[in-house]
Amino acid sequence: MAAILLLLLIIAFSNFIIPRGANRFRGIILAVFQLVAFVFFYQKLAVTNAGEVITESYRWIPELGLNLQFQLDGVSIIFALLVTGIGVLVFLYAQAYMKPYGHLQRFFFFLFLFSFAMLGLVLSANMIQLFIFWELTSFLSFFLITYFNEKEEARAAAFRSLFITAFGGLSLLAGILLIGNIAGSYVISDWVASAAAIKAHSHYLPGLLLILLGVFTKSAQFPFHFWLPGAMQAPTPVSSYLHSATMVKAGVFLLMRLSPVMGNTPEWNYIISLVGVTTMLIGGYFALTQRDLKGVLAYTTISALGILVLMLGIDTKLSVKSAIVFLLVHAFYKATLFMVAGFIDKKTGTRDLTKLGGLARQMPVTMVITMLALLSMAGLPPMLGFIGKELIYEAKVQLPGIASIILVVGVLANAFMVAVSVFLGYKLFFGKQGDLPKKPDEKGVLYLLGPAVLVLLSLIYGLFPGIINRMVEVALQVVVPKALDIHLKLWHGFNQVLLLSVFTVLIGSALAFFVIKKPKLLGKWSNLNSSVFSFSFTKAFSNMISGFVGFSERNTARIQHGSHRYYILTIFVVTSLMLWYQLYDTRGWTLATNITLQPFYISILVAISIAAAVFTMFSKSRLSSIIAMGVVGYGLSLIFLYYSAVDLAITQILAETLILVMFVLILQKLPVFAKLSSRATKIRDMIIALSFGGVMTTLALKAINVEFNHPISDFFLENSYTKAYGENVVNVILVDFRALDTMGEVTVLTIAALGVFVLLKTRSKKI
Amino acid sequence: MEIILAILTGVLYTAGVYMLLRRSILKFIIGIIFLSNATNLLVFLAAGIVQGSPAFVDGKAADSSLIADPLPQALVLTAIVIGLGIIVFTLALKYKYFQLTGTDDLDQVKQTDKP
Repeated sequence: MAAILLLLLIIAFSNFIIPRGANRFRGIILAVFQLVAFVFFYQKLAVTNAGEVITESYRWIPELGLNLQFQLDGVSIIFALLVTGIGVLVFLYAQAYMKPYGHLQRFFFFLFLFSFAMLGLVLSANMIQLFIFWELTSFLSFFLITYFNEKEEARAAAFRSLFITAFGGLSLLAGILLIGNIAGSYVISDWVASAAAIKAHSHYLPGLLLILLGVFTKSAQFPFHFWLPGAMQAPTPVSSYLHSATMVKAGVFLLMRLSPVMGNTPEWNYIISLVGVTTMLIGGYFALTQRDLKGVLAYTTISALGILVLMLGIDTKLSVKSAIVFLLVHAFYKATLFMVAGFIDKKTGTRDLTKLGGLARQMPVTMVITMLALLSMAGLPPMLGFIGKELIYEAKVQLPGIASIILVVGVLANAFMVAVSVFLGYKLFFGKQGDLPKKPDEKGVLYLLGPAVLVLLSLIYGLFPGIINRMVEVALQVVVPKALDIHLKLWHGFNQVLLLSVFTVLIGSALAFFVIKKPKLLGKWSNLNSSVFSFSFTKAFSNMISGFVGFSERNTARIQHGSHRYYILTIFVVTSLMLWYQLYDTRGWTLATNITLQPFYISILVAISIAAAVFTMFSKSRLSSIIAMGVVGYGLSLIFLYYSAVDLAITQILAETLILVMFVLILQKLPVFAKLSSRATKIRDMIIALSFGGVMTTLALKAINVEFNHPISDFFLENSYTKAYGENVVNVILVDFRALDTMGEVTVLTIAALGVFVLLKTRSKKI
Repeated sequence: MEIILAILTGVLYTAGVYMLLRRSILKFIIGIIFLSNATNLLVFLAAGIVQGSPAFVDGKAADSSLIADPLPQALVLTAIVIGLGIIVFTLALKYKYFQLTGTDDLDQVKQTDKP
């Protein structure tokens, strides 16, 4: 199994090695490899039909209990056969369909990689591994929807689908982690073994909800269904493969996998059936009023996914069996219909149902294929769809009490399906032909090969359901262990279920008759729909996204306002508040030093410096404030000198002198102080400055009392003369002990000097 | 004496912050100078000040608690020099900026590109 997966992965990438010149048979080459995979799994069918489970395991991160584990059982083989089998047909179809478009390497790479990811998903025996493949399919779906990336609509739809499915994927991961924590493992078979413990745990419901969120987003269930019609922007091979036959079924697959773990509880049954039944009805209802051929198919897909989810939510043996059969039914007819729709689109140049019509003469083969597929969709004999629908009805009929309302809704939804089938069949081939952009013909074997094969299978399985009986039965036993066997039959005899079927067809035909004969009424109906159901999910979604972006923009603009002074203001206010708090928190120290003004001349020096600083603050003249500033600087150097820091004093004098010289140099080139701030602003700034100055004073006072331990200084004092032969310890530190620091300092000064030189010497035009 | 010097530190910080919050770029630069002076003084003060015995040694054993601590002095010296570099560069920048834009108002500085 892993070998086949690895092969698919390598082929996907070697797509880039196949030269562009081979574009004429690129799809065919890839289809051959899909066929290889299909044959591989087909051979394994005998093994799984015997009830065996094939497992493979490879070391991945054993320390975390994570290994690459694959499992081929009754359920996964059905999915694997669907993925690879429909894969073969889709690649052949894509070869014909994609011919006129560019970037074929890229397209086929994504499509092929998708088949790898989807196969990996259904073969995973480990939930973490399953999640990785799950997300990979979401991303590939994004890239494939946005294939026509010059169309804004395609980009928006791709973003919507990615956002919703990736969101669901993350929620799924959270759910997996919650449940995995209960089970102590991420291997599905371990989960099945500890199913009772999981169901009894208090994290069961949150875990279930999170996982279901992933399932519902992926399988386009209400209220997340709206991404699927948008995904129709993708090229038709993609719609046929990802968005009807395989990827959207991933959620259904997960429900099948988890049914033995988490199923058959009231929570499971109610939540899943409710969502499924709503989706089923909504999909059918809106399918009928679509004007776009692919749109109709998208909504019927939503309805079908709703049925599948519902059947797994009811969670009886019969309902799960009907879900498995219907999964095949739907994959067969829907992939067919999508491929045919793409063919008609290609040949007529439009997908608009108001224009399409009367194609019976121009496209007879297409008609036969489509009619058979539509029969299957309507659930009529002799197609497999009939068997699927009968089983579904049978399961619903058995529902007790209030749940029997599901039967009523189910009949209604199926009547919509019938109506859509009759409508499509009539309109496309016998209805009035509008102005078609192209004159239709039926050339292109590759286009019809896939639909023909699938519809034939649908017919054969419908006539001889015994062929797939064993496969379905084995799958059923995986989902519902120890299930009773119910044989598939085309003819069940006259009973309640058959009566319901007849009833459904009657309603559906009446609906279709109404839709076909009264197009004006249909238009009114569609208008009524749009006014009654004015709540558009797509719009709500884009509003939500733009609202969130707007919210972030507004708040960013508020916090990152760009005003330099207010940044500084914020910094100083916050810093001083924090410092005040810290000082308050560590209060209780006393001032050890007595207040003395001795020596007197130093006190005077400090007083002069303070006066000069205050003067600088309020001076209106540039020159006097600069001189006052100089006074402070020189004052400081005298203080340094008095308190045994001769080197500091010298440096301070030199630096201060240089700064003053620089100031005076450019002063005449600078404007006079303008009065820029209002009185209130000045008072506010003064309060902030005083608060900060106050806290720094207190801090300094506190620091004086702290006795430092100075081993570093002692080392310098001891070794300065003996080792470095210098008497002035400060100098020795700078040029010897910490010489590298000084070199860095010199570098800084050099760069600054170069900068000053460049700034002052270069000339530039005034702007 | 330390108390008075602590007050001087506070006054220098007050002046620095106040000048930093002005709209005039020239006052802003003066604010930077005050802040750097204040910080130098704070470090110098916090290390403990000793009068009249600078950190000179002549190889004979001396009581290290009596002479000034050389380490903070070395640090402050570095800080003074770096401060000088910053201020001179800022002044040159200011000069150029005024030449180009003709304004001294920080609130006019709204974009990095030329208007």
